[in-house]
Amino acid sequence: MVDTESVNGSPVTPELEKAAERADSRRGFLLALPALGFLTLFFATPLVIVAIYSFATRNRFGGTDLSGWNLDSYRRLGEPIVRDILYRSLFLAFITTVICLIFAYPFSYYLATRKESVRNIMLVFVMIPFWTNFLVRNYAWRVLLGNGGPLSQATEAVGLGETSILFTPTAVVLGLVYGYLPFMVLPLYASIERIDWRLVEASRDLYASGWTSFRKIILPLSMPGVIAGSILVFIPSLGAYVTPELLGGAKTTLLGSYIVTQFLTARNWPAGAALSMVLMIVMLITTIIYFRKDGKTL
Amino acid sequence: MSSTTDPRGFSKAFLTANAWLVYLFFYAPIILLVVYSFSGDKLVGRWGGFTLDWYRAFAKDDNVQGALWVSVQVAIVSTLVSVVLGTLAALALERFKFRGQKVFDALLYLPIIIPDVTMAVMLLMFFSQFFNVIDSVLGLTLSKDISTVIISHIAFNISFVSIVVRARLEGMDQRLEEAASDLYASRWKAFRFVTFPQIIPGIAGGALLALTLSLDDVVIAQFVSGPGSTTLPVYVFGLIRKGVSPLINAVSVVMLVASVLLVMLSLLAQRNSEDKDQKVNDENEDDDQEVSSGSSSLSEMSIN
Repeated sequence: MVDTESVNGSPVTPELEKAAERADSRRGFLLALPALGFLTLFFATPLVIVAIYSFATRNRFGGTDLSGWNLDSYRRLGEPIVRDILYRSLFLAFITTVICLIFAYPFSYYLATRKESVRNIMLVFVMIPFWTNFLVRNYAWRVLLGNGGPLSQATEAVGLGETSILFTPTAVVLGLVYGYLPFMVLPLYASIERIDWRLVEASRDLYASGWTSFRKIILPLSMPGVIAGSILVFIPSLGAYVTPELLGGAKTTLLGSYIVTQFLTARNWPAGAALSMVLMIVMLITTIIYFRKDGKTL
Repeated sequence: MSSTTDPRGFSKAFLTANAWLVYLFFYAPIILLVVYSFSGDKLVGRWGGFTLDWYRAFAKDDNVQGALWVSVQVAIVSTLVSVVLGTLAALALERFKFRGQKVFDALLYLPIIIPDVTMAVMLLMFFSQFFNVIDSVLGLTLSKDISTVIISHIAFNISFVSIVVRARLEGMDQRLEEAASDLYASRWKAFRFVTFPQIIPGIAGGALLALTLSLDDVVIAQFVSGPGSTTLPVYVFGLIRKGVSPLINAVSVVMLVASVLLVMLSLLAQRNSEDKDQKVNDENEDDDQEVSSGSSSLSEMSIN
């Protein structure tokens, strides 16, 4: 918003306009300055420090030797232990995303095709678990799946015997799906709700079957939602720490937990820093691809 | 939506069943947790008659109370600071053009998309490095305490607040501001009397989101809190890792109630702002851009 009329009524000259623009730019910068300063010091600087540490070496005393940069910490990605953890994390994050998609797509479709009054109430009931404390939601599953817990009691009563899926990868996936399902529902709902239903009507008028008009019209038009939702589920699942810690066992160490161990237990900061960088780069690449393709749907 | 596009028969039944299943999945664990927090049995997840013992234990437990107090302080201070910084940043990005704007925009997005664990690691390394520098330059020995937790929470909350406020500024009718300046209002006056009242729902929404996220955070707080500054989620997380107990059930239910209250408040704030938008729309009905702003800000807020 650049004022085109000067306040005192004198004619607007290009010089005055330039000066006004400069003053405006200065004011904008000053408004941004507190946040910019804070984030530079407490976000950008930490980011640079992690990047530097990822090239450093751990010394014999558990400290870090900053001289003599090398790629050793990144080479550790090739070690079987780290590689297994990386593959397992990618695999579980992928499975979580697929399961979320399978349940969220029909759910969002149902939601988007309700009457507005019903739809708003249904949306509120999606928002409540979405905003509910994440730790508490994970803990609820710990109680539910526990030995002799409610689920076990239920399956025993039906005659299926005790269930013991706590501390297995299944429990981790269950917890991740529970935690991130709303991330899939909301963008899917947003993109399905926007569909011009006249297109679907037209296809039906031209004797397309329900399945054909779904495949040829609804699915392609809701693709932005599918992609956005998948990214929003996949990224946090890949870096998950709380869920695998609470619901997984020793054999299901994921990337997030492994990074934490490198810092708090193994005291190998360069290794932890390198893995954090890998996690962040994966995240950045996916986000950039997404924004390039379709930046406006979020 | 017309009758020709409505799903029928099998697909209709499937969609309805799936919707109920998803809701059951969402709510069954939470409801069971609440029910079992009133159970008299010492084993978690077994019903042993109604009791309030675990809530009494919660009220008496000094560690839990201390951690709760730390959490409340962190949440309030970090929310206040990030609301001010985030709103200023939103105004700068939506209403001004300045050099370095793109870089600032990107910097503001990063804390949102970066994984928790990475952010925690970054801040841990930063503080230890920073304390070393302070120690060698000024001879002051600093250590992690409540202020490091507050700073870390501000670092991610600024971005969330600014996104919510920006959505509000974007959805706002800019002609109102133009009208104000046409009537010789100074830029400050136009902000004070026109823009600010309009973005209050956005600021309130941002503040509630910041409070929720601060109370939600385990990973970052675990890395940057010192011995005396354990937040409630960090303390509870530690307890759960040692094993479940009915006391944790009670603490969890208290945290649950707090977050549900915050959701209700933010939905209420949104409802009010949408009602206002609706009124504006009724007055100038040809303006169909405004119609979408209410619903788009809802989905935008929910996604972030």
